[in-house]
Amino acid sequence: MSAETKRILLAGFGGQGILFAGKFLASLGLSQEREVSWLPSYGPEMRGGTANCSVIISRERIGSPIVSAPNILVCMNGPSLEKFEPAMEGGGVLFYDSSLINRQAVRDDISVFGIPATQMATDHQMAALANVVLLGKLLRETGLCDEGTAGQVMQDIVPGRKQDLLEANIRALALGFRYEAAV
Amino acid sequence: MASKVLMKGNEAIAEGALLAGCRHYFGYPITPQTEIAAYMAKKMPKLGGTFLQAESEVAAINMVIGASAAGRRAMTSSSSPGFALKSEGLSYLAGCDLPAVVVNIQRGGPGLGGIQPSQADYYHATKSAGHGDFRMLVLAPNSVQEMLDYAFEAFELADKYRITAMLLSDGTLGQMMEPVDTATKVPGPSIDKPWALTGTGEQRPPNLVNSLYLTPEELEGTVFVRYDRYKVIEEKETRYEEYLTDDADIVVVAYGAASRIAQNAIDAARRDGLKTGLLRPITLWPFPKKPLFRLAQKATAFVAAELSMGQMAEDVELAVRCQRPVFLCRRTGGVMITPEEVLQKIREAALGQDPAA
Repeated sequence: MSAETKRILLAGFGGQGILFAGKFLASLGLSQEREVSWLPSYGPEMRGGTANCSVIISRERIGSPIVSAPNILVCMNGPSLEKFEPAMEGGGVLFYDSSLINRQAVRDDISVFGIPATQMATDHQMAALANVVLLGKLLRETGLCDEGTAGQVMQDIVPGRKQDLLEANIRALALGFRYEAAV
Repeated sequence: MASKVLMKGNEAIAEGALLAGCRHYFGYPITPQTEIAAYMAKKMPKLGGTFLQAESEVAAINMVIGASAAGRRAMTSSSSPGFALKSEGLSYLAGCDLPAVVVNIQRGGPGLGGIQPSQADYYHATKSAGHGDFRMLVLAPNSVQEMLDYAFEAFELADKYRITAMLLSDGTLGQMMEPVDTATKVPGPSIDKPWALTGTGEQRPPNLVNSLYLTPEELEGTVFVRYDRYKVIEEKETRYEEYLTDDADIVVVAYGAASRIAQNAIDAARRDGLKTGLLRPITLWPFPKKPLFRLAQKATAFVAAELSMGQMAEDVELAVRCQRPVFLCRRTGGVMITPEEVLQKIREAALGQDPAA
């Protein structure tokens, strides 16, 4: 697969919206007429334990749907960072929730964005949408799409009968898109 | 690509079945295939069909026998341990020459095993689904699109040959999402079922659906007739896909999820200058013996890559009549093979090492 193939791994606790964030990215890829695959971890470990999700977005036919060496990694808890940072491809981009993970990334051959996503989401009365805040930052830094497109994709995947949820998700995306780390 | 939607493999199977006109689904929950039942439970009532959660796997397969005997397109699905339970019903379906579609989303075994992906029911599906001389037509999709396509196709084939068609897949393909085009499937002309138990209306002699024959010669005769039909299936319905085999010295043989992983390994081997290709069986029975034998005339070695201890590899050895070495790349119990592991075997095969060493 070519270099522009995105091999994305999202990881955290069950209930943090890891699979939803993955579904967003897969839907975005589909809307951009790319080949996409979305593969969740499944099983008893999902209930309160760890959850992770492999998403591939490519211009070419996708072979294995399993992402073992991500070039984009999203971590929403410490154990995920421990486990998956060493597996990252050199030159990859790491996004992690710095409200939940106390340590810095170790690798110096990757780009790292620590975002206090849970804190930001909580401050805006949408504590459950830290995943979407991270997603917003990811979309901006990777150039996968602009904010308007992201909003449209969100509209596609949030059920129409849950309009209040859609608005909250779009606000959470905006928080992520516009987040700049204090220097 | 506006017509494409993201679906889970399990959902795509259910949708493919509905598009084929299946209106009778009987199941019993088991990970990792429960989304099939969930999808059917949601959609079937709206289409005027029957969704029924049976009291057990055994009950579900017997309900399929009943619906099929009445001439209806019927389906059940389960995962590995559930199929051990269904074996009796699979044999009765064959003995009665009833068409049916069954779906096995495999998980690790034996016993209750685990819930992670596996291909260790290959023997069960292709050689020993139940007692007696019989075959099932076994289809092995390797993408979510194919889950839909072959679920649809399975109904057409089952009716055409009065055979049970099994979709043999695994937890990876069942759980993953990919874009699916649902618009392409239109059922063919409905297949006449003069044998079905639909009531005589006092216009014809009663039909009988039966698998009991106490005269050996008579029973043997029914088996011979069935095997004549199997011969036609072997000739006409063997399906496979080739990838970069034209100049291949090494041919990897893999199906389902394993074939997706093998594709990565083959691309990597090509980058290393190793002429490698893939033969992917789509029907596991009938197994693509002829194309493999053809490839054996040029290739120097084969690599069987699978999520079992080597159940399919035996069929590869038979197909190439042991004229070429068959290396085996295997993981089991719910562990996936990796592209690196397959690549390693490709390298060993290229060096001409003895696979038994």
